[in-house]
Amino acid sequence: MSAPSLDAPRSKRQITKNNFELNAWLFMRVSGVVLIILVLGHLLIMNILDGGVHRINFAFVAGRWSSPFWQIWDLLMLWLAMLHGCNGLRTIINDYASKHATRMTLKGLLYVATVLVIALGTLVIFTFDPNIS
Amino acid sequence: MAKSAAGTLYRGNDGMWSWVAHRVTGVLVFFFLLVHVVDTALVRVSPEAYNHALELYKTPLVNLMEVGLVGAVLYHALNGVRIILIDFWAKGPKYQKGMLRGIIVVWLLVMIPGAYFMLIRTFESLFGSTS
Ligand code: HEM
Repeated sequence: MSAPSLDAPRSKRQITKNNFELNAWLFMRVSGVVLIILVLGHLLIMNILDGGVHRINFAFVAGRWSSPFWQIWDLLMLWLAMLHGCNGLRTIINDYASKHATRMTLKGLLYVATVLVIALGTLVIFTFDPNIS
Repeated sequence: MAKSAAGTLYRGNDGMWSWVAHRVTGVLVFFFLLVHVVDTALVRVSPEAYNHALELYKTPLVNLMEVGLVGAVLYHALNGVRIILIDFWAKGPKYQKGMLRGIIVVWLLVMIPGAYFMLIRTFESLFGSTS
């Protein structure tokens, strides 16, 4: 695979196997719209209202995650923000890393980090124990 | 620069800077998100471990960085809406400049009271309570 390049003007449209890049482009917009509510709502509640970060502690988290509503909110936010950010960084790596090996290494690191963080966050939401000591 | 060139050149104009800012804020927020999921995962270790980590977020310097993070996310979100409108709304490209001015106004209207509420506790602890 060579560096992504622009075709010459009026050259024939490439026949591609699938619509991955179109779907990724669309995903950025759809996930972006959903993230407006999830992320800005999260920041308003956690950072601005009612004392903001100063009132957050273990008991506060336990209170929120006793409700399935906030569990689903946080789970959806975790997956969408990580996938949106991962795909955004994939674009940026493709833009600036012109050497094949550099590009592959950076994208490999990005994908490993993304999978690990999504897995960790999901595990924490599903196995949270308010009585842990 | 000749007035007629405005709007025809992308490089150096507000279209470029809004894109640069969108890119920079996106990367910044992504790296913070990686850290944030890990610090929240401390709730699975012990209440003490989590509370200890949260104390760091309440220190004056990190509290100030929090305002920067919220400002970055808010710009990215507002400009994201602008990008989507440019892509899907027939009149989007025509009004892109006006929309950029609009999101800067909205950003200021949210960030001024927002920064006040985020920083008030730190101010009171540093310079004495005002109430
Ligand atoms: C809050 C609501 C959000 C909205 C409305 C939004 C919207 C968008 C849109 C429309 C793009 C378009 C990219 C393109 O030109 O194709 C984008 C790119 C990007 N977003 Fe978001 N986003 C949001 C939240 C986030 C979050 C939470 C992160 C980090 C985890 C993030 C990271 C990125 C990155 C890294 C890019 C790539 C920038 C580039 O290619 O220059 N975004 N966003």
